[in-house]
Amino acid sequence: MKSNGLLAALVRFAESGNFREENFTLPPAEKARLDTDTPENRWLASAQHSEKPVSVRFAAWFSKKGMEVFDTLYRIISVFICCTLIGVLLSVVAFLPPFGSAGNPTVNEVVERYVSRAIDETGTTNAVAGMISAYRGFDTLGEAHVLFVAACSVIVLLRVDADARKKGRFIDLEHPGEDMDYEPNSDLVLRKAAKLLVPLAFIFGLYVILNGTSSPGGGFSGGALMGSGLILTSVAFGFRRTERFFGDEMYHLVKTACLTAYALLMAYFIYMGANGFDDHVWLGIPGTILSGGLILPINIAVGFEVACTMYCFYALFRKGGL
Amino acid sequence: MAEHLRGLFINYYETAAVILFGIGFTTLLMHRNLLKKIIGFNFMDSGIYLYLAAKGYIAGRLAPIVAEGRTDPARYINPIPTGLVLTGIVVSVSVTAFLLALTCRLYDRFHTLDMDEITRLARKERV
Repeated sequence: MKSNGLLAALVRFAESGNFREENFTLPPAEKARLDTDTPENRWLASAQHSEKPVSVRFAAWFSKKGMEVFDTLYRIISVFICCTLIGVLLSVVAFLPPFGSAGNPTVNEVVERYVSRAIDETGTTNAVAGMISAYRGFDTLGEAHVLFVAACSVIVLLRVDADARKKGRFIDLEHPGEDMDYEPNSDLVLRKAAKLLVPLAFIFGLYVILNGTSSPGGGFSGGALMGSGLILTSVAFGFRRTERFFGDEMYHLVKTACLTAYALLMAYFIYMGANGFDDHVWLGIPGTILSGGLILPINIAVGFEVACTMYCFYALFRKGGL
Repeated sequence: MAEHLRGLFINYYETAAVILFGIGFTTLLMHRNLLKKIIGFNFMDSGIYLYLAAKGYIAGRLAPIVAEGRTDPARYINPIPTGLVLTGIVVSVSVTAFLLALTCRLYDRFHTLDMDEITRLARKERV
């Protein structure tokens, strides 16, 4: 209200064209009149809006209409950005060395070394396994930690208390919640198929892990297979059945043990290598299961960790806990 | 110009990978739905895997698994991009799970998946 009086004084000052100093100060009677709630004063209050600086008026207009304008502008700009990005990338592709030629700059002495010496230095016939677990083992250790940290953060974000589970996202087979009402409780086809497929998934997963040094595969792919076997078990037979052999404690035990074993093996590898010692690891017979030295235990550890993480993701999203 | 177009056709795997990346990026920018944004993110990942796998390929050579003790490097393709794709897949799975968990929490809180709506509600809550 105080600003109203000042504003009225300014308006009158502008209208009269009188630039004398006393026009800036209001007599007390006038001030009291301006502070009361009359239609004229309300008009003055509304007129005050248009007297605000441009930035304030723009903010007021923006809060009303801004979203629409922003949306249109955003769409136009994003189409432009996407087209530019694709155009730039395509023009780069046009200048790349030809696809599939042996003379590409990516095929250099590093590749030669990996392919020709992997079998002597790491004992693996699969050059990719030798590369990711031995030559670039530190990188793969970081990768396993990325998975571990992702699982931890998902647990932090989605974990539901044991009490809250009853009401919340937790799905109880005996007392179906809202989500479960729309699903069959015991699907015959799913159960029969799971009985056939779950052992196969586990055996094939183990096969891929153990043969990681001599055939395509390894810890990550075999672990994903075993994890999908676990997920299929819990989908078909319910979480009660899975919890009997794979609960919260089991999960933490397996996962921590695997990651610790991996880190210790890798630390030994790196310490010996960095100091130029002989690491006294029997490399085994290339092409058989017992080959690759430390790569086989590393593959097993990684495989179990990945299987745990896969199942952990599923269980957390499904019921908010293991 | 014609030469450049020929380059695009010779590197057709890379072209497809780049277009896939562009589609993913467009999805990421144009959709308000958080789940669609995550799908767009995964599209971009797939484009990168395709690009890396194509870079490692050498015409007429075998997968880098030494058979019959023949360690001649001219027999096998480049194993390095294969290992990089493996790293990429693991990181992508982790990031996707993390993003989905965040989306779950946002949905629990605001009961919508619309990005603008969530921003509006969050701003209202803060004021």
